[in-house]
Amino acid sequence: MKGHGLVISLLLLLLSACGNADDGREVVRFWAMGREGEVVAQLIPEFERRNPGIRVEVQQIPWISAHEKLLTAFAGDATPDVAQLGSSWVPELVALGALEPLDARLTASRVVDARDYFDGPMRGNRIDGRIWAVPWYADTRLLFYRADLLRAAGYASVPQDWAGWLAAMRAIKARGGADDYAILLPLNEYEPLLALALQQREPLLRDGGRFGAFRSAGFARASDFYLRLFDEGLAPRVTNTQISNVYDEFARGRFAFYISGPWNIGEFRRRLPPERQGDWMTAPLPGPDGPGASIAGGAGLAIFARSQHKEAAWRLIEYLSRPEVQLRFFELTGDLPARRSVWRAPALAQDPYAAAFRVQLERAVPPPAVPEWERIAQQLRIVGERAVAGQLSAEAFRATMDADTDRILARRRALLAEAAR
Amino acid sequence: MKRRGLAGWIFAGPALIMLGLFFFLPVLFAFGLSLTNFDLYSLADYGNTEFVGFANYAELVRTPLFWKALGNTLYFVAVGVPLSIGLSLGAALLLNGGIGRLTGLFRTALFAPVVTTLVAVAVIWRYLLHTRYGFLNYGLDRLGVEPVDWLGDPIWSMPAIIFFAVWKNFGYNMVILLAGLQTIPNDLYEAARIDGASRWQRFRHVTLPALGPMLLLVSILTMAGYFQLFAEPYVMTQGGPVESTVSVLYFMYDQGFKWWNLGFASAVAFALFLIMIVFTLLQYRFARARGMA
Repeated sequence: MKGHGLVISLLLLLLSACGNADDGREVVRFWAMGREGEVVAQLIPEFERRNPGIRVEVQQIPWISAHEKLLTAFAGDATPDVAQLGSSWVPELVALGALEPLDARLTASRVVDARDYFDGPMRGNRIDGRIWAVPWYADTRLLFYRADLLRAAGYASVPQDWAGWLAAMRAIKARGGADDYAILLPLNEYEPLLALALQQREPLLRDGGRFGAFRSAGFARASDFYLRLFDEGLAPRVTNTQISNVYDEFARGRFAFYISGPWNIGEFRRRLPPERQGDWMTAPLPGPDGPGASIAGGAGLAIFARSQHKEAAWRLIEYLSRPEVQLRFFELTGDLPARRSVWRAPALAQDPYAAAFRVQLERAVPPPAVPEWERIAQQLRIVGERAVAGQLSAEAFRATMDADTDRILARRRALLAEAAR
Repeated sequence: MKRRGLAGWIFAGPALIMLGLFFFLPVLFAFGLSLTNFDLYSLADYGNTEFVGFANYAELVRTPLFWKALGNTLYFVAVGVPLSIGLSLGAALLLNGGIGRLTGLFRTALFAPVVTTLVAVAVIWRYLLHTRYGFLNYGLDRLGVEPVDWLGDPIWSMPAIIFFAVWKNFGYNMVILLAGLQTIPNDLYEAARIDGASRWQRFRHVTLPALGPMLLLVSILTMAGYFQLFAEPYVMTQGGPVESTVSVLYFMYDQGFKWWNLGFASAVAFALFLIMIVFTLLQYRFARARGMA
């Protein structure tokens, strides 16, 4: 009995707590993921001060379950008003009809200026000719490298095209021991190969995302180059997890190049020993014939179609997109701003490691915008790993990719055909 | 006679209705779902769903990752179940053998992992298994063994998961077997002793046969549970490294809730269901042949 009394009083307390919060302000439910979710709470009080009629309820969701949560929320009719969306999820949610197009609001906005945004991330959020999310921060992959090893091999800087880059890698490999390599391309990541593939003129899918186009001349160039790095012994055939510690091995000079993303600027600063701090640098990816493209990624902010508070939700997006808030967000998270104007701030403009990202973001290309892309990319990793291991020839690798992709896209084709009829 | 039958139905009724509503109906629904192509597009518009017959099952058989997941699951079951039951039996025998007044304490201590929250202990185990700071590697280091990357090395990830799962679950079976041991009449042991049976012979010819039905129950329950491996890899490794800890249920979860291929995921669930039935029947047959049940 006593226990019951306790439970009831606790419930009452909870109810009254909820009651207190209901202060007549409009409530905007905002889902943010991982570290961003933790940090964004610090930016909200200022927004609420400027918009006294709005209260923002931030729900922090771990990255690992965020995607499932969003789909389940849609199925259960419990989507939030605004959410942070990984760029690869946007096509999926658009296919579901879960999102609100933002074009009209974007054109009318005096805060969010579409022209100020990097083209790649913005383009990734444009599907069927409409904008579905405003980039919040940008992400791309490029080279982290050991400048001292490169210099020792006779290069003052990273060559800008594949031929020069390959020659530099050979020179580095020739100087190192049998266990030393020129580049680390972890087999449990599809991003390095995808970045090389996005540098090509040929798209990865054809006929409006109905079929795979992995047997194109472009993907042949990219995959041959990629596989060659392993065949020549320039890259070890290992996954990230098989290497005891990427930072230790990089500091030891076991490899000179590493394709990775912006979060590693902070990690390299923190994890490389002090005596190595002067030796590493970042550089844009070399391309087939001159400076190359890379993957446009990151996360955007989107409004859900079922939201009852779209106006308030848009105000929150506008606030988070203000250059000064973007800069503050960068300082809190290290996430790279998606707006060019923010990059003029000294914190970014004077950071030697960020400079390459600024350049690369201008040359960032979004992956194909079909809902099935994430699965195709996983397939690229799994089949690619088999090609690297020598279980598949380069030709068979590309044919398998096309076959698998066509299978994954079968439903999409059927529905598109039906819609056309 | 007829009235008695009616009374029986009335008594069984509520339970049957509950079973029907919350078990048979969903199972039937899931089977129906496994014959359709329900996926992300169906979520957008239910009209996009089509009946596809057994196409999902045909597709499943052609999916390499399913076979890999099945292989991982069988590995987990084949090593984990005997290990878990052996450990339970050993612990039960020790407790029953009489450690005097400490029996209660040990019984509670060994049962404790069963009632702890899996996610919470998984966090602690991630520390125990940590390559550099883990207690396990600290112990190995003392013995002069090179550190093992338990959760990062595809060879060691499954043993680590088995280790964790067995530790988490053996207490449950231990309690059941302990109860079984306590029902064995002492006269049997006495008689055996008088006949000059050694300790091992008493275990082999008195304890084991008497425990037979219990062991069968325990092994069926454990096997059914271990086939449904999911939470351990979900919390500890997310199926990695290199898909080495993807179980059938994990594969189903990925298909169903990550990619939202609910039709295909239902087919996976039914395939697993069939596999489990086959194994349980085999086990039952084996036990019957040995006269255990």
